Amino acid sequence: MTGDMLINYALGILFLPLVSFTILIFVGKRLPRQGDIVAIGTILLTLILSLAMFGSMLLSHDPLFKHEASFTWMDLGDFKIKLGFLIDNITIIMLLVVSLISTMTHIFSTKYMEGDIRYSRYYAYLGLFTFSMNGIVLANNLVSLYIFWELVGVSSYLLIGHWFEKDSAADASKKAFLTNRVGDIGFFIGLMIVFTALGTFNYAEIFEGVAKGTISGTLLTFAGIGLFMGAVGKSSQFPLHIWLPDAMEGPTPVSALMHAATMVAAGVYLSVRLFPLFTPDALLFIAYTGGFTAIFAATIAITQNDIKKVLAYSTVSQLGYMILAVGTGAYVAGFFHLVTHAMFKACLFYGSGSVIHAMHHSLHNLKDHDTDPQDMRNMGGFKSKMPITYWTMLIATLAISGVPLFSGFLSKDAVLAGTLSFASHHPQHFLLPIFGFSAALITAFYMFRLIFMTFHNEPKLPNVYKDIHESPKPMVFPLILLSSLSVFIFYTLPYFNPLSDHGWFMELIKAKDSMVPGNPSAHYIAEGMHHSHNLTMILSILVASLGILLSWTVYIKKSVSADDWAKRLNHYYDLSLNKYYFDENYNKYLYQPFLRLSNRVSYIDWDLYDKYFINGFGRITKWLSIISGKIDYDGLDQTIVDGLGRSMGKAGSSLKEIQTGRLQNYMLFALFGVIIIIIFQSF
Amino acid sequence: MDNLQTYLYISAILFSLGLYGVITRRNGIAVLMGVELILNSANINFVAFARFGGMNFSGQVFALFVIIMAAAEAAVALAIIINVFNNLDTVNIDDARELKL
Amino acid sequence: MDTIAFGLIIAITLGSALMVVISKQLLYSAIALLFTLFGVAGLYIFMWADFMAGVQVVVYIGGILVLLIFGIMLTNKISSVNISHTSLQRGVGAVVTLGVLGFLIPMIKNTSWLQLSSAEPTQTAESIGRLLMMEYLLPFEVASLLLLGALIGAAMLSRNTN
Repeated sequence: MTGDMLINYALGILFLPLVSFTILIFVGKRLPRQGDIVAIGTILLTLILSLAMFGSMLLSHDPLFKHEASFTWMDLGDFKIKLGFLIDNITIIMLLVVSLISTMTHIFSTKYMEGDIRYSRYYAYLGLFTFSMNGIVLANNLVSLYIFWELVGVSSYLLIGHWFEKDSAADASKKAFLTNRVGDIGFFIGLMIVFTALGTFNYAEIFEGVAKGTISGTLLTFAGIGLFMGAVGKSSQFPLHIWLPDAMEGPTPVSALMHAATMVAAGVYLSVRLFPLFTPDALLFIAYTGGFTAIFAATIAITQNDIKKVLAYSTVSQLGYMILAVGTGAYVAGFFHLVTHAMFKACLFYGSGSVIHAMHHSLHNLKDHDTDPQDMRNMGGFKSKMPITYWTMLIATLAISGVPLFSGFLSKDAVLAGTLSFASHHPQHFLLPIFGFSAALITAFYMFRLIFMTFHNEPKLPNVYKDIHESPKPMVFPLILLSSLSVFIFYTLPYFNPLSDHGWFMELIKAKDSMVPGNPSAHYIAEGMHHSHNLTMILSILVASLGILLSWTVYIKKSVSADDWAKRLNHYYDLSLNKYYFDENYNKYLYQPFLRLSNRVSYIDWDLYDKYFINGFGRITKWLSIISGKIDYDGLDQTIVDGLGRSMGKAGSSLKEIQTGRLQNYMLFALFGVIIIIIFQSF
Repeated sequence: MDNLQTYLYISAILFSLGLYGVITRRNGIAVLMGVELILNSANINFVAFARFGGMNFSGQVFALFVIIMAAAEAAVALAIIINVFNNLDTVNIDDARELKL
Repeated sequence: MDTIAFGLIIAITLGSALMVVISKQLLYSAIALLFTLFGVAGLYIFMWADFMAGVQVVVYIGGILVLLIFGIMLTNKISSVNISHTSLQRGVGAVVTLGVLGFLIPMIKNTSWLQLSSAEPTQTAESIGRLLMMEYLLPFEVASLLLLGALIGAAMLSRNTN
């Protein structure tokens, strides 16, 4: 495909969802079926275009393919901002992922959101989100990235708060947006440092500048960490992870699309794109953030009872993995995990959506509005009633646990290999692989716990269980598609070895050297990974089997009682169940003091400034106007105007006295006049 | 003593006295008397100029005319005063103030 | 002798004139006016205007003064006899009068009058008559008209309207 054609396709992919958004927002309600045909049509078109680009990428099979096109957005002489598209293999794969999952969400939602009161608006916002996400993916400079970054945040806000009449949903959407913004402060600082030092926002030019050494040392580290903070916010890393679990208030398809596959992956995508400018210190920071998040979120997921919350913490943990990979230098592994994770996590979410949908129906029939349809303790034994959901979710769970023959194994393996090789070169960072492998173990454990609690054992609520049935086709189809994409084969083609680390993906996405002088080269990192590949494989298979075994023991064989252990580790259980009281502590130590500070400040503004200053102005004005009124009324009007009249009157009445009517007086006056004339004449 | 200036002085004094009478006196008839004095002073002037201006008798003729006019005027004035007296019951000219504002 | 008589006549004239305007009693003013008019007649004689003196006495004193006295008699209230108060603007009047006088006297003194000496005339009446009939005929006729007018006017004014 020629460069121009690519750009045209890219434009189509970018703007088609926006068209859908515009149409649905304005006339959606009046269209037949509330306009979901428009949305699905545009997203299918987008998918086709992405597939075409993907196909062309496979055909040309050029790992160094890159095409850039930009236009000048702002030109103020010295200061120019150019915006544009960067299309390389990473972009094409991301576009495909976004379009595919978005299409699946559109299809899934036709049944899941059936009868919803804001159906057309939901599809409109989905279009807006797809547009924004594609914008992030296609950006070739930090400014347009930032613009679309914020747009994605807005779409997330709109979609999480879809059922805004629920207080919890409204609060959650606000929390998501604001937490994102906190991360974006760091992003903006990093952005400005880069711009001040290098004078450009374009990736290529920035990397050039970094290679030349225009910006280096501590400043570059700070810039890197600043930019990374955006990823911390968007990809829900510690300490800004608090919003993702709450974002589960949104509809499940939205959770699948945004908070599993794409939006949260934007942070990882950013880190992957900006990898060449991270200094070793920044990379270390990134690695520890990711690693810690991975294990930390996993420990919370163990105790959660809400099916979506388990998946949410799982997402946080897996994102931690991807960030960890970027930090250790194996950013391609991180990107690989992003792609595979998108597939199986979305599948898992759709599966949970299917389960919740079935629970809803059943509870609705029983007129039961108190039982939580999302609580796994109310489920059990769904295997026989929802077979398709069960098998697809099982495949996805196997993938996420890192079992061989599935895609997750390949990508997790690559990530863990990266951490091992990093630790072998820098033995003081032994914690990183420990984080990675422990998280893998715990992941396997709680994911299978989810499967066992939901689909195996006896149903906990028999009368609810009676009405459970499989979900309709539009909901089942994405499950089937995505679960099949979680199998290894799609990533290792044209090879068929399930344990290989070759395949079209690894061949087409070649790691680029870091631009920071002195950083290990990509080749060096790849070599290290290759060395630790075998050890990693063995360890990860071991760890995964251990986790599954433990889970099976506790939940199927019941030889180890979960409740006993929960009581024994009471304190830790509490901490885990209550997500380490993060929200409560943030509230106590951050939000409340800040609110108190705001109150103080508002006192200054409200009581002091407004009352005294502003009202003072009012009073002064009133006083001035009284004076002015007095001057005008009493002074001018009364004294001058009326006074003139009055004095004229008085003068008149006094002068009137001259007309005495007496003859002799008149004669006297005449004589006076004569005398005066005489006097004047004589002088 | 027998020069023009003497007579002129006399005439001037008579004139002033007549003027004083006109503007001061309250009774209407007293005002008329003042007017007569003024007229007489004018007459003296005329005759004096007739005498000392080459015995030109025109001055005396003029004085004659003045006397004629004075007579006519005195008659009419008195008629008016009597009318005023009949209507206002007073000869005090201060009381004839109908034209006052 | 002449001078004494002259001075006497002047004194009578001026003194009586003063009495006319000062006297509080109206009849006293009238009588003083009588003497003033006599004095003026005397002055006429000194100015060789004997005819004028005669006319003065006959017309002025015999006609006008009598008329004035009639007027006085007719306009007096029975109860109050000869009440004539002087007006309140005496002060101002005096000032004004003195002002006029103060202007006239210096004027007379400072002007250089043209004085022609002449002989005493013998035929005064004839000269006046001649002038009246020849040069001043028109004013003469007009004067008669004036008198007619005054006659009618006075008659009209003083008639009884009911």
